[in-house]
Formats: sequence, structure tokens, C-alpha cells
Amino acid sequence: MTTLYQSLLIALRALRVNKMRALLTMLGIIIGIAAVIAMVAIGSGASKMISDQISSIGSNLLLVLPGSVTSGGMRSGSGGTQTLTYDDARAIKAECPSVAAVAPNVRGSGQVVYGNQNWSTVVYGVTPEMVDVRDWTIVAGRNITQSDVDGATKNCLIGQTVADNLFGGTDPVGKIIRIKKIPFTVVGLLGKKGQSPQGQDQDDVIYVPLRTAQRKLLGSQFPNVVGSIMVQAKDAEVLDKAQDEVTELLNQRHRIGPNREVDYTIRNLSELLAVTEQSSRVMSILLGAVASISLVVGGIGIMNIMLVSVTERTREIGIRIAIGAKKRDILLQFLTEAVLLTTCGGVIGMLLGVAGAKLVASFIGWPTLISVNTIIIAFAFSAGVGVFFGFYPARKAASLNPIDALRYE
Amino acid sequence: MDEVVRLSDVVKIYTMGEERVEAMKGVSFTVKRGEFVSIMGASGSGKSTCMNILGCLDVPTRGSYFLDGVDVGRLSADALAEVRNKKLGFVFQGFNLLARTTARQNVELPLVYAQIPATERRTRALEALERVGLAGREGHYSNQLSGGQQQRVAIARALVNRPSIILADEPTGNLDSRTTIEIMSIFQELNRQGITIIMVTHEPDVAEFTSRHIIFRDGEVISDQPHQAKSAALPAEVAHP
Ligand SMILES: Nc1ncnc2c1ncn2[C@@H]1O[C@H](COP(=O)(O)OP(=O)(O)OP(=O)(O)O)[C@@H](O)[C@H]1O
Ligand SMILES: [Mg+2]
Repeated sequence: MTTLYQSLLIALRALRVNKMRALLTMLGIIIGIAAVIAMVAIGSGASKMISDQISSIGSNLLLVLPGSVTSGGMRSGSGGTQTLTYDDARAIKAECPSVAAVAPNVRGSGQVVYGNQNWSTVVYGVTPEMVDVRDWTIVAGRNITQSDVDGATKNCLIGQTVADNLFGGTDPVGKIIRIKKIPFTVVGLLGKKGQSPQGQDQDDVIYVPLRTAQRKLLGSQFPNVVGSIMVQAKDAEVLDKAQDEVTELLNQRHRIGPNREVDYTIRNLSELLAVTEQSSRVMSILLGAVASISLVVGGIGIMNIMLVSVTERTREIGIRIAIGAKKRDILLQFLTEAVLLTTCGGVIGMLLGVAGAKLVASFIGWPTLISVNTIIIAFAFSAGVGVFFGFYPARKAASLNPIDALRYE
Repeated sequence: MDEVVRLSDVVKIYTMGEERVEAMKGVSFTVKRGEFVSIMGASGSGKSTCMNILGCLDVPTRGSYFLDGVDVGRLSADALAEVRNKKLGFVFQGFNLLARTTARQNVELPLVYAQIPATERRTRALEALERVGLAGREGHYSNQLSGGQQQRVAIARALVNRPSIILADEPTGNLDSRTTIEIMSIFQELNRQGITIIMVTHEPDVAEFTSRHIIFRDGEVISDQPHQAKSAALPAEVAHP
């Protein structure tokens, strides 16, 4: 039995003789692997981007919104419904054991002015928990406190985009800004979060104490009402339990029954994440299907050319057998050649795929994600295609009758 | 062990559909170590069939074949490959060198399958090429060599693994008369050094150089006689051209 090394030398020589043919034969594999690598890179880059955005909202979150859900999944009567109160939020915090933190908030927008700079942004009235619930970091200054909320002080936190637009590079902490003409002191600067799944800039935000927003900024006719309540469960396992507890509590508090429709909605953010993951899984399966088709097509090309090669080299095979090659030597020689073809194709395809992914990504501004796993799987796959489609021609070569083979013209 | 080959009552029948061709109809002979045998006979008389069986490329339909005292019929395919590799050397009418391969690489081929390390392969191949008068030509590709030179490379390849027998089926069939004599003188020299040679030929002139004539007709041996071999070593330049 010759060593693998000898087979490799023979295979390399055979490929060198027919460079053009080898390249054309590899083309199917090259295109297949390149397509897979590029698509997986772009696809997983995109889905990582989306799930990063989703988790940037915060982890283990429930979002309680006013108004009910119709069968179509649309929230009805959202405009006029003002059914959630600060007291609901405090009750959830106090009575639901699976809940870690509750962040009621109201939302408005307004013009913000500092010196001669002005900027139009979103203003939220929040409690101190908002920072924890949404996984914000505070990069300068401090969080607002419960006494800020209770005392309705004119302190605020600003996001990076607001800071950039009002203060340029300078430290905003301690400066006075005017929100809707009311002066506020900037007590803290939020860290950067980037885009939300909906494509909004999450850093374009100002947080003021909830009470301050309710009473002085937004001028609601129901001063106790909140726009939504974010509820953070203690951990991922109890998220569903927390949802049940909140549902039960709110049903009780709002006296939901046969005669009264549910007047709030609970959304589970990890469900959103699961949906995204599900859809990216479906996409991977589709990509895999496309890839395997192209690899099968490429593999058939390999098999075809290997059969041609075996026929062309019938005499050579006869000589080798007469001189003492065993069946498995011949088998190994032709298998090696097939695997060499497909793995060369695989490597070229990988390089093209990575380059293609980077190119596409730089055009459409998506990140790409190329994992070592993808590379290893692609390589193993191309080698596997070589073994699978090379086996029949190799066996054909190995079982040639030496007398006929030697006489073959 | 003096006896290298023993064929006893070997029958070879080819069946092609309905048709049966009896290529060998009970052939028996023995060959002793150091003999130089030529097999002659009309076309279709079964000479190549006999050589294929002697070369372990084919098996008898009936009868037995002992090579170096071993019943070849009992060997597995792998063992037969080993026998071809270690005990037999083939020389064909059409040379059968590998294309796009140098003389040395062609000669090394049996050593590759014998798992001999590269450096030893190289020295033994060069040595074998020298024995057939091709020293200095080891780097030539097969298509850069004349017919006679190609046949010498083939002989070097046949003897490189120190076989018990060299089997040659019409080795001079494609060569002119001068080159034929060169090849025959190489065979005679190898034979003098102790290698057993069995050669098929059509030409009585070529058979003149051998020491025993076996004649086939219709798959049977009709004559088997010793012969006073004529020397092919004409001029000294032949051995060292
Ligand atoms: N593979 C085969 N299948 C069927 N018949 C065969 C086969 N090989 C040889 N024969 C037949 O066997 C007989 C002997 O053939 P063989 O090749 O041994 O003759 P030969 O003596 O070598 O002839 P030549 O001098 O022309 O080479 C012929 O009739 C031939 O047709
Ligand atoms: Mg013949």
C-alpha cells in the first residue's frame, strides 16, 4: 500500500497536467462553497445585528402597554386609552414575586436648547429603575433618584446623540439645558446603545423624573397615568411566570371580567428574540438547501471528470497493477485526486466567499460574521463531496482487469 | 530450490456469451532458475494467455501454477499483487512506460509500491538504469526517448525489485533489428547474472539468442527443446553505448 503522500504526489501531477480542466471541474464546488460562505456570513451578521439590537433594549423584559389587542394583533384605541398608572407599576413591583424591577414611563417630544444649540428629541419621564431595566450605563454623572421622582425635580439624563448635538465634545454634567423652555440640570450622561430593532437611534433621548414629566412637561389631564410599564423578570426562567403574575394582578386591579374587556397588553421581548432567531434559522436551512444543491451539482461534475480521467488513464492503471499496485492503492490514488479537486475548490470558494461577503457588506452596511465553524464545515463538506463522488470512479479504476487495461488504446 | 516455475496441466477457457475459446488446453512445463526460455507459436496459439498466467495477471481455469514453490492459485488478490511486485518483472511489446514521467520515476514505480524509502529508491533506480546502459538518461521523460531506450527503461523497471523471473511478451516486436539485438544482449547479460527470463517472440532470429525453445500450437505445447544460444553481445559499444 502506497502512502497517502505518494497518492498526493500522483494526484498533484495529474492535476498539473490538466490545469484548465481541473479548474473548470472545480468551478461547481467553488461557486457552491463561495455562495454558502458569503450568504452565511451576511445572514448571520444580519441576524446577530438584529438580536444585538433586541437585547440592547434590555434583558428578560415584559412591556405593559395600555389598550387591548384585537385578533389581528393590532392594538386598538391606543390614542385615548390611558389605563395604566404609576400605582399599577408600584403594585407590580410590590406584589409580583418574579419581578425584579419595574420602570413606568411617559413619552413626549420637545425642543431642547443649550446656549445657541438646539435639538429636537424624545423626552421620557422615568423612575431610577429605568437605567437598570434597559441595561443603560451611566458614563458621567449620576442616575436620577427616587427623591428626584418624588420631588419632581428638574434634573435629567441625556443620551449620547443629544450630548453630541448640544455640547459637542464638552462635558454636559452640571450644565443647564432648556426642555420646552423649562430649565433642567444635566445630572448624568448615558452610554451608547445604537439603533433599536425598528431602526431608531436609542441614544437620541432625554430622561427626566416621572413626576416632573407628568406635571410640568407633558401637561396630561390625568397626572397619574403612565404611557407604558417595563417589567424586568428576575431571570429568563421566570419570565413567563412574571407575565402570569402581572396579568393576574392587572386583571384584579382593573376589574377585568365578563363585562369588562382587557384594557392593557403585555409584550414579551424574548418572544421577539425567539421569532428573530427562528427566522434566521429558517434562513440558514434555506441557505443550506441551496448550498447542498450546488455542491451536489459540483460533485456530479467531479464524478464525471474522474470517470473521464479513469478511462484516459486505463493503460496507466494496468501498468500500476502489473507492477504490484494493490486494489486499495489504485482506489486511494483516484480518491485522493477527487478529494484534492474538491478541497482546492473548497478553499478557493472560501476565499471568494469571504471576499464577496466583505464586499457586499461594505456596500449595504451590514456586518458580516465568519465563524471558524463555518470554515471548518465548508472544508469538511467539500472534502466529503470529493469522497462521495470520487468513490465510484475510484472503485471503477481499482476493479479494472489488468490484462484488458494494458491492452487499452 | 532450483525450480522457479511449474505449470501442470493448465487449462484456460474464455467464455464470451455462448462462445467458449480454449486458449490453453493443458499446458505443463517447468522452468529452472537461470534459464532463458523463448515461447513461440502462431498467432492465437495461447502464448500471451500463458504469459498472463505466469505473470499472475490471470488465473488458470483448471490446473495449477507454482511459482518459487508457492501455489499461486491459493493466494489472495493482495498477495498476488505482492508476488507481481517482488517476484516478477514485466516487459511489454508496447513498452508501457508512464507518460510525462522521467525514466527514473518509471523505474522507481515498483519500489514505491514496495514501500521502499525515497533515497533507496533513487539509488536502486539509478543502478538499474546503469545496468541497461542508460546511465545519465534518468531525467529524460518517456516521450524524449527512442523506442529502444524506452524498452531499456522498461527492462530496468522490471529488474529493479530483484525479481525471480522477467516475463517479456514480444519485447522486440516494435523495434528494428539493430535495436532488437541491443535488447537481446541486455537480456543475455542479465541472464548471465542469474535472472530467469521467459520471452514470447514471433521471430526465430530472436529466439536464437535464448537457451530453450517452447513452441505452442492451438493452446498446446508441441515442442520444448534446449538450444545453443547465439551471443548477442556483438560490439562492446552495445553494453556501454
Ligand atoms: N480476454 C479474452 N477473451 C476471449 N478470448 C480471448 C481473450 N484473450 C485471448 N483470447 C483468445 O485466446 C486465444 C489465445 O490468445 P493469445 O493472446 O494468448 O494468443 P497469442 O499466442 O498471444 O497470439 P499473438 O501471437 O497474436 O499475440 C485467441 O484465440 C484469443 O482470441
Ligand atoms: Mg500475444
